[in-house]
Amino acid sequence: MKIVVLVKQVPDSGAERNLRSDDNTVDRGSANNVINEMDEYAIEEALSIQEKHGGEVVVLTMGPSGATESIRKALSMGPDSAVHVADDALHGSCAVATSKVLAAAIGQLDADLIICGAESTDGRVQVMPHMIAERLGIAALTGARKLTVDGSTLTIERQTEEGYEVVTASTPAVVSVWDTINEPRYPSFKGIMAAKKKPLETKSLADLGVDASEVGFDGATSTVVEHSKRPPRQAGNKVADSGDGGVQLVQYLSSEKFV
Amino acid sequence: MPDFRLNDEHEALRQTVREFAVDVVAPVIGDYYERHAFPYEIVRQMGKMGLFGLPFAEEYGGMGGDYLALCLTLEELARVDSSVAITLEAAISLGAMPIYRFGTEEQKREWLPKLTSGENLAAFGLTEPGFGSDAGGTATRAYLDESTNEWVINGSKAFITNSGTDITALVTVTAVTGETPDGRKEISAIIVPSGTPGFTVAPGYSKVGWCASDTHELTFDDVRVPAGNLLGQRGRGFAQFLRTLDEGRVAIAALSVGLAQGCVDESVKYAKQRHAFGHPIGDFQAIQFKIADMEMRAHTARLAYYDAASRLVAGENVKRAAAITKLYASEAAVANAREATQIHGGYGFMNEFPVGRFWRDSKILEIGEGTSEVQRMIIARELGM
Repeated sequence: MKIVVLVKQVPDSGAERNLRSDDNTVDRGSANNVINEMDEYAIEEALSIQEKHGGEVVVLTMGPSGATESIRKALSMGPDSAVHVADDALHGSCAVATSKVLAAAIGQLDADLIICGAESTDGRVQVMPHMIAERLGIAALTGARKLTVDGSTLTIERQTEEGYEVVTASTPAVVSVWDTINEPRYPSFKGIMAAKKKPLETKSLADLGVDASEVGFDGATSTVVEHSKRPPRQAGNKVADSGDGGVQLVQYLSSEKFV
Repeated sequence: MPDFRLNDEHEALRQTVREFAVDVVAPVIGDYYERHAFPYEIVRQMGKMGLFGLPFAEEYGGMGGDYLALCLTLEELARVDSSVAITLEAAISLGAMPIYRFGTEEQKREWLPKLTSGENLAAFGLTEPGFGSDAGGTATRAYLDESTNEWVINGSKAFITNSGTDITALVTVTAVTGETPDGRKEISAIIVPSGTPGFTVAPGYSKVGWCASDTHELTFDDVRVPAGNLLGQRGRGFAQFLRTLDEGRVAIAALSVGLAQGCVDESVKYAKQRHAFGHPIGDFQAIQFKIADMEMRAHTARLAYYDAASRLVAGENVKRAAAITKLYASEAAVANAREATQIHGGYGFMNEFPVGRFWRDSKILEIGEGTSEVQRMIIARELGM
């Protein structure tokens, strides 16, 4: 089984993140860039499937040249190789354009299974698995908290607010995972040493047969035109209890329609 | 030109261990510490990461890393907690390394894969109730019973790390096995598997610090092990453990730097949060200067161990460099722990803040693997005195 794991480099969600003032895209320069947290669960899932069923795990990343660092880190966890789609024309791409590029790259890899995180901590649009599956004409099993592989049959427990649904599909398919699915491993030193020798292929838009006009700002179906900082939090109301504190609290909660 | 910057792989390892220490160790270790409990679950995860195999060859289940990789790992663990760091340090430097370096091929095949994976721990029994730094004072004795081809061991060992956990597989003990031609004690090292009849592990010590690490007194009462359990050459026990101690000193220096840096981390954080006289206390020079001195000590001590570890990796004699870095780093750790506790005021005396634990854990660094006095003696001897 050949598994492709989608890995995105994002600004560290634990630190302050900004959009650039010139073009409203994510400011990668001011942040510590890391592997999107949910993608580590996707890598772990791919590796544990590989351990049970054999096969090959390939990391696929679209991003600027600096994303190489995150790709090496992903490889240090254990995948066999990586493909990095990097092209200056990609800057400013919307989700629709991104899915076109990733689908084209996956198409060249002949994958049986594509695993990705359910969302990225920067964009948080949660549409990539669906869009890629649609473009490739294969099934999308999204929001998995458990994945089982039995021959060419994939079964997931799809996490919902109330519980979970059991959904199955045949390979090839896209599976997106939540952080409840496993506990990602830490890279070992052997893994770190091995990562620098693993094949990492860089592909341009031309290599994928995608025209530059279909991506980036030119091909974007939506563009952020303006952004501003969240307004500072306003001071709260203080209730001083002089006998009727409880009543005042209830009145406030009721006026805000909390009760 | 000397270059003290880490290469990409060492830096990636350092960051990985940092993440593990902060995410996995820090949230729970205080509880283990208070209960004087051994953190089996943390050790299991460290095993999965391959930390117990760091400096060993892949053919024995190791990671193929070097001694600097081990030191960086110890520093980052000790930056959060020293019990976990010393458990790893002792398991590698004292437990597995003597077998790796001096063992027969058969001994290596039998023990190393279990030790490098972290599935089992090994301990090294050198110190005895009656002697420490004066290692020639060994009183434990062993003789070869030629009728059964077994070593018979009698004696006791004190302060032995990792010797009594549920996963301890063996203790390598030094014992007097005869007399040299010039009338001195002939000392050899012998592998004693856990559970061997006559080998008793006393209940864990009540320690001032390192409360989540495993330390016991051991007694050997007519303990019989096969003649093949001799580690290395008969009569070479003394030379073997001297080399073990030289390396161990560099590792303890790295661990000390971790503690010293952890004190800086916690103090900077606290000094920004705690207010007095209308300001964060970090606005006051009295606090800033303390923290600046702490950072200076941690940084300088780090450079000293980087140097000693690089020389070890290059195969140089590190006796002098190891003594200097161990001495300086341990004294830096004690000084930083004292200042960090002072900066934390009353909270520094409470177990809920890590600095109280750092303070309790720091003192042993000036004692274990050769006291500060012994380090000064070594340095002076290296200067021809």
